Amino acid sequence: MRSRIRENLIRVVLTVVAFSSLVFLVGIVLVLFREGLPIFQKTGLAHFIFGRDWYPTYDPPSFGTLPLMAASFLVTVGAMVIAIPIGVASAITISQILPGRVRGIVKPVVELLAGVPSVVYGLFGMQILAPLVMNVFGLPTGLTALTASIILGIMALPTVVSIAEDALSAVPGTYREASYALGATRWETISRVLVPAASSGIVTASLLGMGRAIGETMTVLMVAGGAAVVPTSFLQPVRPMTATIAAEMGEAPVGGSHYHALFAIAIVLFVVTLAFNMVADGFTRRFQRKVAGGR
Amino acid sequence: MRGAEDRAITGGRMVPRGAGAPGAPVGTRPAEAEAGVRRQRRQRRQTGMFALMIAALVIALGFLALLVGFVAARGISVINWEFITQMPRNAMTEGGILPAILGTFYLVVGAMVMATPLGVGSAIFLTEYARQGPVVRAIRIGVNNLAGVPSVVFGLFGLAVFVKMFGFGVSILSGALTLGIVVLPTIIRASEEAILAVPASYREASLALGATKWQTVRYAVLPSAMPGILTGCILGVGRVAGETAPIMFTAATFFTARLPGSIFEEVQALPYHIYALVTEGTHPEAQVPIAFGTALVLLALVLGVDLAAIILRSRYEKTR
Repeated sequence: MRSRIRENLIRVVLTVVAFSSLVFLVGIVLVLFREGLPIFQKTGLAHFIFGRDWYPTYDPPSFGTLPLMAASFLVTVGAMVIAIPIGVASAITISQILPGRVRGIVKPVVELLAGVPSVVYGLFGMQILAPLVMNVFGLPTGLTALTASIILGIMALPTVVSIAEDALSAVPGTYREASYALGATRWETISRVLVPAASSGIVTASLLGMGRAIGETMTVLMVAGGAAVVPTSFLQPVRPMTATIAAEMGEAPVGGSHYHALFAIAIVLFVVTLAFNMVADGFTRRFQRKVAGGR
Repeated sequence: MRGAEDRAITGGRMVPRGAGAPGAPVGTRPAEAEAGVRRQRRQRRQTGMFALMIAALVIALGFLALLVGFVAARGISVINWEFITQMPRNAMTEGGILPAILGTFYLVVGAMVMATPLGVGSAIFLTEYARQGPVVRAIRIGVNNLAGVPSVVFGLFGLAVFVKMFGFGVSILSGALTLGIVVLPTIIRASEEAILAVPASYREASLALGATKWQTVRYAVLPSAMPGILTGCILGVGRVAGETAPIMFTAATFFTARLPGSIFEEVQALPYHIYALVTEGTHPEAQVPIAFGTALVLLALVLGVDLAAIILRSRYEKTR
């Protein structure tokens, strides 16, 4: 009897504990909306999204976030131009070309790359890459969207590589054998059979890499330059959403319009990354069904 | 499987040489020769594309080497025993980084104390107790999406809830709680994987001996999953130690005159210290070398911890 009570108690405790992640997620949503929505009494939704002027400390202030969103978009696209081709090619190399023993060494090394703290990437970008960019392009400053894109691209690589590699390795061996039996070379098998079969997994890898790049804070804070203007080129300083929040939250008086506006930016950021995760999740499920059906 | 591949490749290479084999009809020879040329072209194409793919991997790994190399080269000159055991002096331009090392240590310990029970408990529930259904789906949505939340958003949450609403202020406690939420999904996923890898026969044997559900989990499943769970927690430590954005408004400060005395005090932390050294203060020429030194300490700490986890995991996979 005592043991049954104990069993049930443990079950209840574990159930409650298991809800913690969901509680935190809901808590984050509630806090963001509670602290972010008041800004829309001060400024219209249309102005918040399409306004080209981010002057939070002027009198009267202007809370147009278009420059910030455009900056986030620009550096993320730039990062993906670097991370997706290099990442997918690396994944193909690791899963299909390298002999098993080398793969056993390379995979953990790629995982280590994922563990490097973002502030260290930021320091590297600021002190070593930025001067290089400045000299190569003859710019007044090396802290530009391009510099941020390069560093973000490197940071997104491990995510892209490891997820794409998992997808390629999950393609059933029968696919490969059937392709060889038809006389295809190894490359033809990789490019026309394995990569198409793993395509939804590769899309997932790219989306999660993108999600990582959009949400990355310290790197863009240190490297992107911080100018809140709608960017027209990659060689310009920009101020992505995450950098804006990190740079200004310290000075924004709690409960003021600026404070609310920064939380509203966080809502945008949260919704965008949530959407990326959901879509990536959908692709993962599609991939699992496809691979299971092939067995 | 490797064998099958190798046969397929040699097969591909052998065929062109055999194209003019005796007994083949005379009329097909030009066509067969052409086929041979085409095969050679396909083979050359493969060699070229493989070189390209391998080059991409070399570039990816080259970045890591470059990063670690530069940080080590610029950082090593300031590192000595004093650097890691002394307080900073002269407005951050001299002295050591002891308070930042200790601050990071406190934050990591606090975050893990909060996240480990929640994470392992969640994993046990999801793998051993829950039946598939809307409840599990909801929890999974929670875990997956929490993992994707940008780190600065965690910082805002910590600021609004722990610092302001609960009144903990900018403190070790607020920072540790925030970091605990950041690392929770990592621990849940790693623990889940470790528990799922325990063979069903362990559970069946335990239940057959008359053990209850919890006794089975406690004495049959968890001991066997422990190395995997431990690996997940170690990886979590690496992640927490390097996070900056979540502690910017909840715990970290550029300068403290003394070591923290309680969990309600603000602290210096290694990652924030790096950021502050290169963006604040008035003596960049003296601060940047210290920033590289701090970065090298942090990098050694994080990569060392990650490496330990990876080695532990590969050992454990071998014994399975």
